[in-house]
Amino acid sequence: MPTVEVNHIVKSYADKIVVDDLSFSVPQNEIFGLIGPNGAGKTTTIRMMMDIIKPDSGDITILGEKLTEASKNRLGYLPEERGLYRKLTVMDSIIYLASLKGMDSRSAREKADKLLSQTGMLPHGRKKIDELSKGMGQIIQFIVTIIHDPELIILDEPFSGLDPVNTELLKNLIIDLRNQGKAVVLSTHQMNQVEELCDRILMIDNGRNVLYGNPKEIRSKYRSNSVILDFEGELGQVLGVTEKRAHKGYVELVLDANTTPKQVLERLASTGIVINRFEVATPSMNEIFLKVAGKNYE
Amino acid sequence: MNKTVLIFRHEFLHTIKRTSFIIVILALPVLALLGIGIFHIVSGVTRPPTEVTKIGYVDKAGGFNQLTTQGNITLVRFDTPEGATQALIKKDIAEYFIIPADFISTGIISRYTTQRELTPSAATTAVVKNFISSNLLAGKVPTTTITRVEAPLNLVTTTLTSTGTVASEQGGFGNLIIPAIFGGMLALALVLTSTYVLQSLGEEKENRLMEILLSSVSTRQLLTGKVLGLGAAALAQVIVWVASIPLLLNLASSSIGGFFSTIQIPVSLLVLGVVYFILGYLLFAVLSAGVAAVSPTVREAQGLASIYTLLPIAPFWFLSLLLLVPNSPIWIVLSIFPFTAPVLVMLRLGLTGVPVWQLAVSIAVLVLSIIGGLLLAAKLLRTYILMYGKRPGIGEIIRNLRAR
Repeated sequence: MPTVEVNHIVKSYADKIVVDDLSFSVPQNEIFGLIGPNGAGKTTTIRMMMDIIKPDSGDITILGEKLTEASKNRLGYLPEERGLYRKLTVMDSIIYLASLKGMDSRSAREKADKLLSQTGMLPHGRKKIDELSKGMGQIIQFIVTIIHDPELIILDEPFSGLDPVNTELLKNLIIDLRNQGKAVVLSTHQMNQVEELCDRILMIDNGRNVLYGNPKEIRSKYRSNSVILDFEGELGQVLGVTEKRAHKGYVELVLDANTTPKQVLERLASTGIVINRFEVATPSMNEIFLKVAGKNYE
Repeated sequence: MNKTVLIFRHEFLHTIKRTSFIIVILALPVLALLGIGIFHIVSGVTRPPTEVTKIGYVDKAGGFNQLTTQGNITLVRFDTPEGATQALIKKDIAEYFIIPADFISTGIISRYTTQRELTPSAATTAVVKNFISSNLLAGKVPTTTITRVEAPLNLVTTTLTSTGTVASEQGGFGNLIIPAIFGGMLALALVLTSTYVLQSLGEEKENRLMEILLSSVSTRQLLTGKVLGLGAAALAQVIVWVASIPLLLNLASSSIGGFFSTIQIPVSLLVLGVVYFILGYLLFAVLSAGVAAVSPTVREAQGLASIYTLLPIAPFWFLSLLLLVPNSPIWIVLSIFPFTAPVLVMLRLGLTGVPVWQLAVSIAVLVLSIIGGLLLAAKLLRTYILMYGKRPGIGEIIRNLRAR
């Protein structure tokens, strides 16, 4: 049974369709990336999943049922627009928000101690939120999101405003959660995070599904028939290569339709040049993102 | 634990720990104590002196020699104005007056004093007046008639019910005091609680907590817990104030001639006081919730709220008119208008009887306004609580509410 099942949801404001016939599912033990340019409809989709706003049509089931007050306790949500009670201490904030997820204050305190310690935030437990840096506040918000051991975790732009150290810390925590069998929905426009973290992705643009599936399969689908070569020596004409594109530090060789990368490698080896790097050129998710989003904006 | 109860507890505890809450809760008793202290000091300063005061007079008309001692004031006769002036300069007398020979036809009394004053003191005027009337009537009418002329009447009013029996509530200023205090506290509590609801929801919106909260609780749970929690804090405030009243009255009555000891608080007034407090609070709380929902910052919300929070205080601006004509149609309309009803009905209860039908209509309109306000506030919360940035215009709000 998928943790999230979204079927043909539509949402419009006034005359503008924000989410247009979107469907996807997220099983357990998966990091699912919801990606798209600004204003694509990612946050609206998440808010409909969280029952904060209602879809005009379509169904959403979370953990096998329509979201109820009881099932809210089984999911953790880190919204894009997030904050904490500035005048409360870190510990009081965590305990109050955990209590709204059904935790008693004793277990909330114990779990908070553990998570604060794991993230190196334990010395700040008695500080007021006001006294923390933005990055520290983000970590506390993440702790609030996962403290009640939810089965589904929805993270909307979790890395925004984080420094590289905290980004790495958060990434490891997200991977840990997936390894514990949780389903994680990750909404982001940072493509490098998608490539590293996500098992599957859904790219939306203007509220519509434009890409859906495994990032490796998608990259393979968008692969052009070319190879990347870093070499020393003189590179002459190579059979099957129709174009040479010079980049900083490497050359991209575009192959004709009848030539495979393996054949080109054999031909290059026979020319006597020193090959430092040879790889099949697959576009990064960032390039695919720009290509797909750009195409639709033309 | 139920999530509404958790929000209730959080809001209550969070509010009563606020410095502003503690200052306000203590401000009223402290100000009252200060007022009583000032009254004690002023009344001590202005209390009539216990030693005998001498006032001189020169009788040119003749025959003014009776009632020369009244309380601690003694009237001393002088033969000539010069003699009286000398005594005044030497401070043997506090002042003197001359009864001229043609006094009967002119009524003029010339008064001389070394003090600069706006008008003669009430005590001096009464002493001179009694001295003149007593001497004018002496020997012509009986002494009891003279006494009656000096104090012509002592009006004792008894209010009867429609059946002719003596009414349990006899009215008067004594009976206005408690409703006025209730009304004042109610107005203050309504303004303060509106501020608490605005601050609480506004801060959560400003601090981007709303979406986090709504991922755990429903809009209804959030609104109910918040309104009840903040209402309980406001009620605690009123209870502290009400509890301090007997102590303050005790302190006050020792100096205000036992006036307050004559005051009785009818049970019906207490019951209506509680009913109007709860209904008034709920109305202003849901309105504040709606205002907080559409305002991007606490400051903007407070700006909007300053318009409607004037309404509960409004009856006090027209108190003098209310005292003169407590049953004017305008007061009846404003007793039914939900935003002025709680405080105005309290004041009118102290001034005059408010007919049962007016109370029933007023309470019914309040209840309907609260239900309507709650539905509207919940809708505004759902629509606008996640919208940040510019405050929407009235037209946009109406369009959005219709669209949903």
